[in-house]
Amino acid sequence: MAKTPKRKAQQSKPARTPPRGRDKPAPKSSRKARSRRPLLPAPDTVWFMYRKMVEIRKFEEHVWDVYTRGLMPGLAHLYIGEEGVAVGACAVLRDDDYITSTHRGHGHCVAKGAHLDGMMAEIMGKESGYCRGKGGSMHIADMSVGNLGANGIVGGSFGIATGAALSAKLRRSDQVAVCFFGDGAANQGLLMEAANMAVIWDLPVIYLCENNQYGEHTPFEAVTGVKEIVDRAKGFGMDGERVDGSDALAVHEVVTRAVNKARKGDGPTFIEAMTYRFRGHHVGDAATYRTKEELAWWMDNKDPIQLLGQEMAKAGIATEDQLLEIQQQVEKEVVAAVESAREAPYPAPDQAFEDLYS
Amino acid sequence: MTSSVAPPTREISYRDAICEAMAEEMRNDESVILLGEDVGRSGGIFKCSEGLWEEFGSERVLDTPITEEGYVGLSVGAAMTGMRPIAELMFGDFALLTMDQLVNQAAKIRYMTGGQCKVSLTVRLSMGAGRSSAAQHSQSLHALFAHIPGLKVVIPSCPSDAKGLLKSAIRDDNPVLVFENKMMYNDVGPVPETEFVVPLGQADIKRTGQDITLVATSSMVKLSLQAAESLAEEGVEAEVVDVRSLYPLDADTLVESVKKTGYAVIIDEGAARYGVTGELASLIQERAFDWLDGPVLRIAGADVPIPFSPALELPTIPDVERIIAAVHSLRG
Repeated sequence: MAKTPKRKAQQSKPARTPPRGRDKPAPKSSRKARSRRPLLPAPDTVWFMYRKMVEIRKFEEHVWDVYTRGLMPGLAHLYIGEEGVAVGACAVLRDDDYITSTHRGHGHCVAKGAHLDGMMAEIMGKESGYCRGKGGSMHIADMSVGNLGANGIVGGSFGIATGAALSAKLRRSDQVAVCFFGDGAANQGLLMEAANMAVIWDLPVIYLCENNQYGEHTPFEAVTGVKEIVDRAKGFGMDGERVDGSDALAVHEVVTRAVNKARKGDGPTFIEAMTYRFRGHHVGDAATYRTKEELAWWMDNKDPIQLLGQEMAKAGIATEDQLLEIQQQVEKEVVAAVESAREAPYPAPDQAFEDLYS
Repeated sequence: MTSSVAPPTREISYRDAICEAMAEEMRNDESVILLGEDVGRSGGIFKCSEGLWEEFGSERVLDTPITEEGYVGLSVGAAMTGMRPIAELMFGDFALLTMDQLVNQAAKIRYMTGGQCKVSLTVRLSMGAGRSSAAQHSQSLHALFAHIPGLKVVIPSCPSDAKGLLKSAIRDDNPVLVFENKMMYNDVGPVPETEFVVPLGQADIKRTGQDITLVATSSMVKLSLQAAESLAEEGVEAEVVDVRSLYPLDADTLVESVKKTGYAVIIDEGAARYGVTGELASLIQERAFDWLDGPVLRIAGADVPIPFSPALELPTIPDVERIIAAVHSLRG
């Protein structure tokens, strides 16, 4: 069974697409920071980042489990492998800063402060979920911590994030908005429209493109007219940076720069974070459009949790045992979230008619 | 009846009534902003925002690029985060560029998130044929949006309603589309001198009568009133019910009128098929069937794109003669 999809994938790969990963130079920040490691934030921040990445990983592993056991309806798009981007970025943000997320949104929600219980309950369609069971996996929002919501429309939130930034500017609130989107959404026209207004009005918004290299099943090179999506920033009249999205510390550094700039009123930044999803487009997608080699290379070399753990050990912030302890703690929390979500009641049918208008 | 708001009034245009509504709400509430193409320095292509840029400045009256989906999208985000944006779409036809933002985002975000946010958004857009603007600048698309749960749609027929409904729309915590008829911007009518609002979801009986009910929207109200005057000379007293608000809909006022008269003709400028007239006719037969003395008739825009030449365009829009003929056909 393992061989057939592999062969298929290799045969169907377009000739122009080079084998990914090993032959590709490791993505780096497009600014001067090429040869040095990112500055280490305060230990508390680093610990926060590690813990949040583990929360996302474990949460998603359990979503996989819950899905394959038939305990949740709908679709689940997992963020496993991309944790460095959401966490590196959200660790820079205040509670009142805004984010907008995507159909692959669990990671952003956790990173911005969502509780695992409410998320798991929502995913299972329960009343105690973040959206009272009306949104599900693709629409989790937590306005209390500035999470304006995941979005089922690819590229659907460019306007919302940019509008939140306009609102922040007009209210002189000092808030910023981070718009997460993928390489697929980078080809949507609304990006051009929103980015243009962000530039002409100096809006405090950061467009954070998570280039996980596949738009659903299609390699991004096959459908994207630039080799590096960040090159489009120049066309918008916007500063752009490219960063290794598997390196949470590098993401943190780049986003810190962009957020500081935005808070000062100096306008938007475009960031392209190179990353990779370790699972298929959604649970159930066997991802036969990419090779096992390619996947293995990313998992071996670019696991954001392993990379940060190594960094922490090297810097003397954490021991192996401490990291393991965090993982065990989080595992328990996620198991508890699954159990409480399973036991939680479904919404009463008449709740379908609530929450439409305020 | 409900339009007999307290005097004193003065005569102003539909356009100026709209402008006054925005100016008053912007003075009342700092979170009200206006976005659109040419709405600022030039005062709007239909001059509905003249003087606002001068009074409120370029931060609150934003001249946008010609990117409808973009600035409606920004308005959705701003509305979710404490502002009360008014997005002007100039020609309602351009709303088709904003469908994802209005239908997939604005209409659904509150619901999808279990009521976590309010989308206090107003969209002003024009409708109506009659200016030889051809098929992409003449459509009456209000039915499309009235079809979408999560949106509210109002459709004022006179200066007073244009002002009062727009003020309610701006104050409402939900996305409201206000369809302004571009053929009526110059129409003048009485508007109260003191501040007032017209609540969303209230139809208005613009003329009372006991012989037949003419249910109309927007500029079709004016035509219906003209038809009613003509019919009165024949001794037929028509009641003209202005729907004013497609959603929320004041079904009771429509139904009660039909129960009284026994006949209904529904007049709307949107295309006939799957449109406002069909919806209202269905509602009336469901709720007033036993009171009807004849079929509910519909007069609507023709089922073609609006053509350019006046010789072709005018026959596609309902007129007074068609309304009178429909009444004659019912009452013999």
